[in-house]
Amino acid sequence: MLRDAALVCGKDLRIELRSKIGLNQVAPFAATVLLLFGLALGPNRQALQPAAAALFWIAVLLSVVLAVQRSFAVESADSARDGLRLSGLDPAGIFLGKGAAIVAQLLALEALLTVGVALLFGAQLSGGLVLLGTCVTASIGLAAVGVVYGVLSSGARVKETLLPLLLLPVAAPVLLGATKAWDEALAGTPGQAGVWLSLLAVFAVAYVAVGSVAFGPLLEGA
Amino acid sequence: MAPAVSLRDAVALAGRFPLLAGVTLDVGEGEIVHLSGPNGAGKSSLLRLCCGLLPLRSGSAVVLGHDLALDRRAVRLFVGYLGHESFLYDELTVEENLRFAMRASGSDAEEAKRRSQVAMARLALSGRLPATPVAKLSAGQRRRAALAVVVGRRPRLWLLDEPHAGLDHDARVVLDEIISEARAGGATVVLSSHELGESDAHPLADRVVHLAGGRVVQAPPATGAVADDAGRPVAAPAARPATAPAPEAANPPRLTPQSEAVHVA
Repeated sequence: MLRDAALVCGKDLRIELRSKIGLNQVAPFAATVLLLFGLALGPNRQALQPAAAALFWIAVLLSVVLAVQRSFAVESADSARDGLRLSGLDPAGIFLGKGAAIVAQLLALEALLTVGVALLFGAQLSGGLVLLGTCVTASIGLAAVGVVYGVLSSGARVKETLLPLLLLPVAAPVLLGATKAWDEALAGTPGQAGVWLSLLAVFAVAYVAVGSVAFGPLLEGA
Repeated sequence: MAPAVSLRDAVALAGRFPLLAGVTLDVGEGEIVHLSGPNGAGKSSLLRLCCGLLPLRSGSAVVLGHDLALDRRAVRLFVGYLGHESFLYDELTVEENLRFAMRASGSDAEEAKRRSQVAMARLALSGRLPATPVAKLSAGQRRRAALAVVVGRRPRLWLLDEPHAGLDHDARVVLDEIISEARAGGATVVLSSHELGESDAHPLADRVVHLAGGRVVQAPPATGAVADDAGRPVAAPAARPATAPAPEAANPPRLTPQSEAVHVA
């Protein structure tokens, strides 16, 4: 299963590096979201700083939708998904591989956005370990739930609009937990973030487990 | 010896629409069977059922000893399916696509590289083509790359859906050589082809199976031919089922001398 996951992850990352969709579209989209929030809230950094964590994670969450859609769009072209089904790969391996590729993209995006909130909102990046731990656990949770709902919606005619409708409400706990954990870190009290990190970890473990089991039937039914 | 493909009253649906309306068919190990029939007859659906892409709704389907009613996935490692689409990733090169497919089917990196190179050489995907992204290939080159994936996987059962479509003359010759080699290696081949004309059998086919309305139906008698050049008898047709549609009646398919039998559901 892990061999299959590594194979699929490598394939998806290679496709993304080749197509540069993440670099040319997803990252600019996320940066634009941050910028627009900044414009909407005004130039007052005193007002922007408390909102920095929330705006960061909303930008990440919206970008997850694009990353997941892209991940399954490459499988839709020329019925590559049927090729994947015929390949003999373990469905759980496909799930983990696609999830891992999305995690890698999200971490790169979050690194970029972290610089963005520091520059645009004047956020003080204290509590580095908590910030990093939050990014990792939240990205795993978002990628796992994204792949589950991505494959579920990928066979639908209205997949472009169905995916955000399914994904965003379910990902609300991640938005809440990650925002609270970042709030604590940016406020200089990273020790208070433990409970929120735990919530993120539980969410990630639950959806990785559910996805590993459910992905096969969902792929066959899509 | 158990048949490579054994279908009994196999029904497959798309929603409520019957793609296959009770197909009964046996294909022996090492046999080459040509599926014939008009558009919508069920040829592609039959091939997709046999490789486990299409679920069986009722009846029975056993392919290479795997009961598809119980498990549609297990058979896929042993089947090579060439569909209307290439199943290739546009952003990856031809060689990257092949290596991914080989590794996905269980080969290690070295074996995947070797098999990919052999398959590309067989399909004349040489020069700059192996390093060319699939998105930049012509339709014929893309078709050859898709066929190279099947060749590289060395399946026991080849399911080829209109494999000649989009290929030039030379590539068609190579394809027929590959089919012959597959059979010589003990593989079973089921192919459909419109390019040959609905009433013509593929020259390598042991027999033609005519489909209409999602069922196997009788083909009418060969026009005048009762034996091939080697003196082998050409099978006489059996009676048509009363329930079977007969779209071929106005334009009857013709069995070529290479065809040997017609299966009637």
